[in-house]
Amino acid sequence: MTDRDFDIELQLLIDAIYLKYHYDFRGYATASLKRRLRTAMGHFGVQTLSQLQHRVVHEPSTLTALLNFLTVPASDMFRDPSYFRSLRENVVPLLRTYPSLKVWVAGCSTGEEVYSLAILLREEGLLSRTIIYATDINPETLQKAESGVYDAQRVSGFTENHRRSGARASLSEYYTARYGRAVFDKSLKANIVFSDHSLATDSVFAEVQLVSCRNVLIYFNRELQDRAIGLFCDSLCRKGFLGIGAKESLRFSSHGDAFVEFVKNERIFQKRDRM
Amino acid sequence: MTVTSLRSRIDGVVLGTSAGGVEALSVLLPALEPDIRAAVFVVLHLPKERPSLLVELFQHKCRVAVCEAMDKAPVEPGTVYFAPPDYHLLIDRGPSIALSADDLVNFSRPSVDVLFESAADVYKERLLGIILTGASHDGAAGLDAVASAGGLTIVQDPATAESRTMGEAAVRRRKPDLVLSLPAIARLLGTLDRTGGRQPGREQ
Repeated sequence: MTDRDFDIELQLLIDAIYLKYHYDFRGYATASLKRRLRTAMGHFGVQTLSQLQHRVVHEPSTLTALLNFLTVPASDMFRDPSYFRSLRENVVPLLRTYPSLKVWVAGCSTGEEVYSLAILLREEGLLSRTIIYATDINPETLQKAESGVYDAQRVSGFTENHRRSGARASLSEYYTARYGRAVFDKSLKANIVFSDHSLATDSVFAEVQLVSCRNVLIYFNRELQDRAIGLFCDSLCRKGFLGIGAKESLRFSSHGDAFVEFVKNERIFQKRDRM
Repeated sequence: MTVTSLRSRIDGVVLGTSAGGVEALSVLLPALEPDIRAAVFVVLHLPKERPSLLVELFQHKCRVAVCEAMDKAPVEPGTVYFAPPDYHLLIDRGPSIALSADDLVNFSRPSVDVLFESAADVYKERLLGIILTGASHDGAAGLDAVASAGGLTIVQDPATAESRTMGEAAVRRRKPDLVLSLPAIARLLGTLDRTGGRQPGREQ
């Protein structure tokens, strides 16, 4: 199989998934998509992407399994503690001025970022007047996110991150450990709406004060990245905040001018008052 | 074909290293001329919690532009790109930079294999892959991919490496085009094709 064959088959597979199931990976960055599909080929025991395509089209259960290779991977709670510290110190004081708050975690995967923000907002006394929209395209990871259950082995890393984010309590206040798993407090979920939403095909659904979308845009090509940033821009209220990944940038987006750098090192942007 | 004729077609150089890597890179990167046509990409295994000081460290030692790879940035000639800690560095069409936070590969993020395989995909025979000192098997599959795509492969002589594991794993998997000492690799890098005119400015 030549590289060219692989590229052709990749495009056919992506088109087939779109035509049959309306999951749109056509705007995903090629390099990481190729790597993920090579890993998936090993998992499914197929020699070519055409074989995988055959299975995906004829067995919907294969698509469900394949989505886990194609969608945004799990993150850590409080990944990049300095980002959360900066939200606390620089963004929360402004969020306090709103009578009610809406926050959008786009591409939430298995929910680590969602619970991190919920815990932070509770610690700052804001959670009770906030709705957090947690969205992803993968129903299986959304379900995991909604369950709020994580492998106990990961929790010591989460705890350390949380501490370094300027926490006001120990992370253990927010979960109970059971059979090697950490089950996060149900009350955190009372203000979270988990929902299916595609940055590639869906539109804006609410006006929000904060969008947190970190290490999701890296999986998109420039056009799709631009679409997503456009959605964030349209969704944010005037002077609303956008947090992106530490190595992501708005420099290559046509919507870049709609934002000003708010905390440069943490990639926190603020939507301009007037455009 | 001679090494010289191979070298003249190089548009991309990928370097992979772990233990002892900073010292090895301190020999190699200062040898690069400021106006080379090739772009250079480096994966050095580092603890993820520490902010990377590689750019600051090498900016002062090098005559080429040195920066940390930023997602979606178009690749500029005559520039050294370091993989940021806790991200995989990939080369995408364009060529442009692509980062990923996908699972660890060979217990590492960034992984040498991920960089080398994606760069081989884009640069094919115009790529030079170099494995240096390191205490990991990461990079062996990547260097194999560079060779399969028609690129040139070099391994630092394991006998001269601070940690020989990485080089030995690469050589065991597939015989590289050249096994060289660090100073010999530096000499080779110093003779990469130059654009002659334009000198790209230092970034940041």
